Amino acid sequence: MNFDFAQSHFALFELPTSFALDRARLDARYKALQTEYHPDRYASHDDATRRLSLQIATRVNEAYQTLKSPLARGRYLLTLAGVDTEEETNTAMPMDFLMAQMEWREAIGDTKASRSVDALEALNRDLAQETDALTQELGALIDDDRDYPAAAMAVRKLRFLEKLHEEIGDAIEAVLF
Amino acid sequence: MALLQISEPGLSAAPHQHRLAVGIDLGTTNSLVATVRSGSAACLPDDDGRTLLPSVVHYGADQTVTVGHAAQKRQNQDPANTIVSVKRFMGRGLTDVADAATPYRFVDEPGMLKLSTVAGIKSPVEVSADILKALRFRAEQSLGGDLVGAVITVPAYFDDAQRQATKDAARLAGLNVLRLLNEPTAAAIAYGLDNASEGTYVVYDLGGGTFDVSILELTRGVFEVRATSGDSKLGGDDFDHRLYCWILEAAGLSQLNDRDARLLLTKARQAKEALTDHATTQVTAKLSDDSVIDVELTAEIFQQITDHLVQKTITPVRRALRDARLTADDIKGVVLVGGATRMPHVRRAVAQLFGKPPLTNLDPDKVVALGAAMQANVLAGNKGDDDWLLLDVIPLSLGLETMGGLVEKVIPRNSTIPTARAQEFTTFKDGQTAMAIHVLQGERELVTDCRSLARFELRGIPAMVAGAARIRVTFQVDADGLLSVSAQEQSSGVQASIVVKPSYGLSDDEIGRMLSDSMAHAGDDLEARKLAEARVESKSIVNATLAALEQDGDLLNADERQAVDAALAAAQAANAGSNANLIRTAAEALNQASGDFAARRMDRAVSRGLAGHKVSDF
Repeated sequence: MNFDFAQSHFALFELPTSFALDRARLDARYKALQTEYHPDRYASHDDATRRLSLQIATRVNEAYQTLKSPLARGRYLLTLAGVDTEEETNTAMPMDFLMAQMEWREAIGDTKASRSVDALEALNRDLAQETDALTQELGALIDDDRDYPAAAMAVRKLRFLEKLHEEIGDAIEAVLF
Repeated sequence: MALLQISEPGLSAAPHQHRLAVGIDLGTTNSLVATVRSGSAACLPDDDGRTLLPSVVHYGADQTVTVGHAAQKRQNQDPANTIVSVKRFMGRGLTDVADAATPYRFVDEPGMLKLSTVAGIKSPVEVSADILKALRFRAEQSLGGDLVGAVITVPAYFDDAQRQATKDAARLAGLNVLRLLNEPTAAAIAYGLDNASEGTYVVYDLGGGTFDVSILELTRGVFEVRATSGDSKLGGDDFDHRLYCWILEAAGLSQLNDRDARLLLTKARQAKEALTDHATTQVTAKLSDDSVIDVELTAEIFQQITDHLVQKTITPVRRALRDARLTADDIKGVVLVGGATRMPHVRRAVAQLFGKPPLTNLDPDKVVALGAAMQANVLAGNKGDDDWLLLDVIPLSLGLETMGGLVEKVIPRNSTIPTARAQEFTTFKDGQTAMAIHVLQGERELVTDCRSLARFELRGIPAMVAGAARIRVTFQVDADGLLSVSAQEQSSGVQASIVVKPSYGLSDDEIGRMLSDSMAHAGDDLEARKLAEARVESKSIVNATLAALEQDGDLLNADERQAVDAALAAAQAANAGSNANLIRTAAEALNQASGDFAARRMDRAVSRGLAGHKVSDF
């Protein structure tokens, strides 16, 4: 049994290096990989082997999570192409996106105050639609246009939307639990 | 990069040789040990045919340790030295149990709480190790050989400190831990393999002291945990305690002494169990002041006074469903685990939530141990035809303390394990060579609301200007759900050293001391017990003889007196040594030698007409 820690997540999962993803193949390969490398397979082996199996299984989980999430997958593809998404440093955003952000925040603030789970869930559905549209755009920018600077912008925008999604989720939990 | 080579799974194990491995359910109230023999899992019984071992340990002043049913019998007589429900104390500090009513004397120390007994100060880890030793002994006797390892189950909702404490206890008991397995997952293995189930299932596990809920997806050969939640301070014990308070109220009592409190708690538990099959039950008890309690309890009243506890289990179920992005309608079946799920109103609440009756075709007391045995069998390398993959998750988020006492999540809850996450830190001041990192577990934003797992100090960072050092700290959670941390300075490649201070764990020194203690006694733990018992017995015969000689020595002539004195001296000499057989023989000889003497004393007592005295007074 061999494992190459240097290979890309796509290579590990025997998938083409693209944003478009065959989810069924990803899931099937994930189970095959864990069946082969999971620490449970090596519970009775020596320390070094168990440690290695732990590292491999950890890598497989990390790769699976990265490829499964559109945002993480886009970010990873850009990293492979040598592009920094500058999510922490680049805060320059188009004016219309910033305006839309402010509207989202206001809506979340108001709905939070109402403590209505239904209203928060409705907001979440609207946000999911916007996220889906932006995800489609990101896919086209990477796979078709190979416009990485524009794709990096899309990743930064998606990160914003993800934070909004987390905020709504926290608000729902605060009401429910 | 060089390719690493690993041998084929299973090759290192000798072929065709069955390796003895067991699954242990280390429960709050009861513990079990199970194994797979000729393809099927079974719980191993004790000599009296009982599979459940009460998780009760009694410590005697003479260092005797009694576990299980025998210890349970002493519970009412000696509550302070009879430790029950020790699982509730695992990886916990004194402040965590401040509200619990227990008869124990806690030792006020930082870190994990400790119990003061007549046999010395005991950590919950040591008490648990005594339970595990009893199970290990039972398994080795029954299977006729040394165990290669054990799978120990833990509540899915156990945090890192509680898991580490459990693993430490197993180490102390001389067990090789193949894996810490989450209890609901173990139940799912037993249930899923037994019923060849496919689909999404909920495991609702209400044990003696903990509540877990796990949502699993079962597909051909894969058990994938989608989400888990729970309450590690909620279980059947709480129902008993609520009932106990109700009995006090109904009987118009307030404060009770330890013995009476223990007695009434036992009565409360029995009443709860009686209501599983009956609509009413009578609670009767005679207290130490000879007053009698006699109250009737109906199922309705029981349901009313414990409804808030049942509702407390529903919130984690909803949270798990939400985390798994599922609704109750997506659930194909609900498996009930844990003795407390026998309560009819618990079953009704679960049935109502999911709109279908729960599955109960496996014994809720045994299913966890059986699943653990099946997993142990596979992990030990005894591969059968059926083989499966288990993908479990971490129950609580792991985070780090940041500025202002806030927690930044590093690994979110319900991440599939094993998992790792690296985080980069930098220095705050010029020339700074050390930094402190505080690791926490929990879902809340404030440090004070989360459980402190450990504090790390990174030392040996090369002196640089502020912000220039790049320290990469890697958090690794292994397949047992246990965290380890490593750190490296990136620009210089210096491996910063880490000093771990587990907040509620035992330090390596403590573990080392306990291990060497148990090594010293181990090997012949059983011998030690035999010896202690022989000494106690011998001492009581010696003392009785001495007292009799002082009182009625004139009944013996010189020869007779010499014979008794010689036997007495021999018994005392044997008792000073450490040969249990010799002690027993000498004590028996003393008994024989003074037999005649005892008969004559009896005659004298009767002739003196000391009416009203019992024979035992002499």
